Amino acid sequence: MSTIHAKRANEFVRDTEKVDRHDATFWSVRVKRDAMAHMLPEWENLREAASRIKKHTVTHLADYLEKFAENARQNGVHVHWAKDAAEYNDIVLKILNEHDVRKVVKSKSMLTEECGLNDSLIHHGIDVVETDLGERILQLMGIPPSHIVMPAIHITREQVMECFVDKGIVEKEGQKAADSMHGDRRVLEAEADPTFLTRCARFHLRENFMTADCGMTGANFGIAETGEVVVCTNEGNADMSTSIPPLHIVSMGIEKLIPDYKSMAVFQRLLARNGTGQPTTVYTSHFRKPRPGQEMHIILVDNGRSDILGNEDHWQTLKCMRCGACMNTCPVYRRSGGYSYTYFIPGPIGINLGMLKNPDVNFNNCSACSLCCSCDNVCPVKVDLSTQIYKWRQQLDSMHHADPMKKAMSEGMKVMFDHPGLYTSALRVAPVANCMPSFLTNLVMSPWTYGHSMPEFAKKSFHQLWKSGLDDHK
Amino acid sequence: MKIGLFIPCYVDALYPEVGVSTYKLLRSLGLDVYYPEKQTCCGQPMGNAGFQDKSRKLVESFDELFKGFDYVVAPSASCTSYVRFFHPEIAGHECEAAGKTVDLVEFLHDIMKVKSLPAKFPHKVSLHNSCHGVRELGLSSPTERNIPKFNKIKDLLQMVEGITVFEPERPDECCGFGGMFSIEEIGVSTKMGIDKLHRHIGTGAEFITGPDSSCLMHMQGIAAKRKLPVKFIHVAQILSAGL
Ligand code: SF4
Ligand code: SF4
Repeated sequence: MSTIHAKRANEFVRDTEKVDRHDATFWSVRVKRDAMAHMLPEWENLREAASRIKKHTVTHLADYLEKFAENARQNGVHVHWAKDAAEYNDIVLKILNEHDVRKVVKSKSMLTEECGLNDSLIHHGIDVVETDLGERILQLMGIPPSHIVMPAIHITREQVMECFVDKGIVEKEGQKAADSMHGDRRVLEAEADPTFLTRCARFHLRENFMTADCGMTGANFGIAETGEVVVCTNEGNADMSTSIPPLHIVSMGIEKLIPDYKSMAVFQRLLARNGTGQPTTVYTSHFRKPRPGQEMHIILVDNGRSDILGNEDHWQTLKCMRCGACMNTCPVYRRSGGYSYTYFIPGPIGINLGMLKNPDVNFNNCSACSLCCSCDNVCPVKVDLSTQIYKWRQQLDSMHHADPMKKAMSEGMKVMFDHPGLYTSALRVAPVANCMPSFLTNLVMSPWTYGHSMPEFAKKSFHQLWKSGLDDHK
Repeated sequence: MKIGLFIPCYVDALYPEVGVSTYKLLRSLGLDVYYPEKQTCCGQPMGNAGFQDKSRKLVESFDELFKGFDYVVAPSASCTSYVRFFHPEIAGHECEAAGKTVDLVEFLHDIMKVKSLPAKFPHKVSLHNSCHGVRELGLSSPTERNIPKFNKIKDLLQMVEGITVFEPERPDECCGFGGMFSIEEIGVSTKMGIDKLHRHIGTGAEFITGPDSSCLMHMQGIAAKRKLPVKFIHVAQILSAGL
């Protein structure tokens, strides 16, 4: 019996070219990240500091939240509290309705993804436009992100071209885009030229920025000391989303809080270096108060976070700042792709967050780990990712999600390893296995022999060699 | 110094020569080496599969068997780290033996501080830095971290006459074994193994060597199925070559 992850991954690896490209893409990000990490002599100290600041903040969360909310109010910002996804979606809808909003432009936010906000808004007749280029492409294609920082990196430019043609964007913006590059539109189209495509997207998005009634952003950090939020992007789309519309709504998970500017300096140095291998994101935007004539709202969302805080084995997931590095380094993620996981956040942190959210579905991701511990070592806030995955595995049996084959094998091992006599006599007959017709051993060990030849048992085990003369004490 | 030799189950059954090499190597250093015959396994295969509880009895008897020694030495980084870091938690109390359990490389490098070895091995080898050796035991500096570079396995191998040691591209990426992982996630596990093998072979080495027979077994199985031109040898066998 295989997990959903294993089944999908087995499919994914069939296309060698695709899996190699996927692996190489994310490995190159890991390499860039390493170069950045090695440029700062204080790197490991920064990680330790970041880990401690997060620990301190989440263990004093109530105090910092109060402080943050109070300061935000002083800045003229409306502060809301949402205990779960439904309440959050309702609050957003209520604010939008009060302002008669027809169209929302959004910068990237995993929290809105977590709460299913887009579907809820569209259901209520509100037009939602993602403005992060990758997110917009996925939205137009109607598919979910496959990575939390580079959500559409698995899509080829040819696919983007096809989608833009399909949605009429090329027809509408193609000429303008080609002119802006002094290029031949037909050639650029035929080549699915990346600059041409970005220009098309730029003109397409610009119109949406101009006509939206509300801009929504997430928050990479919330600073308690000042009541402001910090949003990091590479495209400047958070700034565009908030510069024109008269309404700005920030959605922020309560774990995004940090105490003060001094701590912000630590995270600012880690986030982009570790996530994408850049010294900093292109834009680091601080939003403290509404522009003149604008209204600003911050919605603080719990949605299970305070339960996690009380979970001895897994509270450290709250330290995560969603840099994505654990995905990039994970040898399993790189070779199975984001869609092999059943939770919308894939990779090491996604395995853990998925289990916290809905173990009955997401136990399917617990197999996606060789326990190599690489994720633990890249994480800028030292989340104990692999230890947590190991711990989840110990709980699967009591959750009735243990794999029967693994259980049977473990039970067999228990019997054998608990009884040295049995173990030794099993070893005495083991060499016989080498003489059996290979189709028999292949049948017995069929999953293993998909990729491997059978290992050969030695003619004599170490046990036997020891007894028959190796021991030179006598 | 009294040494308890821990020969993990799969070394016992599949690679007894690795155990013999380890024994000879330790004896050549003038150590008193014992092999408690009632030993079986460290329990890791069950733990990684999610059944750590099934190894409680085994953990207790491991402690009983080995607690009287000055050190417990095993030619396996992964089993060593499981004993040292997981046994106390499984047992629910401190384990005397676990604190004294070391991998052969650690033992030679850090405790015996060997500076020379009589071994000869006139071959090119590619060093397999296995995950638990790197990231749990600290046999080499993990590439993820910004700490001074070191590699204890390489230090030892370079004492061997005639040897040329290479490291593959991505020197500490996982080979995809992971115990039950290699059965449950067969597609990804095999792909990881193939990728790793190509990087090892890409160094031009004749042998792949490492401190963990489990990783070597995994890669050997994949290489044999595809008839890839490379041989496998445990670090202990190279360090004891000629004894
Ligand atoms: S420990 Fe598991 S989840 Fe973490 S990087 Fe390795 S394989 Fe991926
Ligand atoms: S767990 Fe760590 S490495 Fe992974 S996304 Fe979160 S902060 Fe980044």
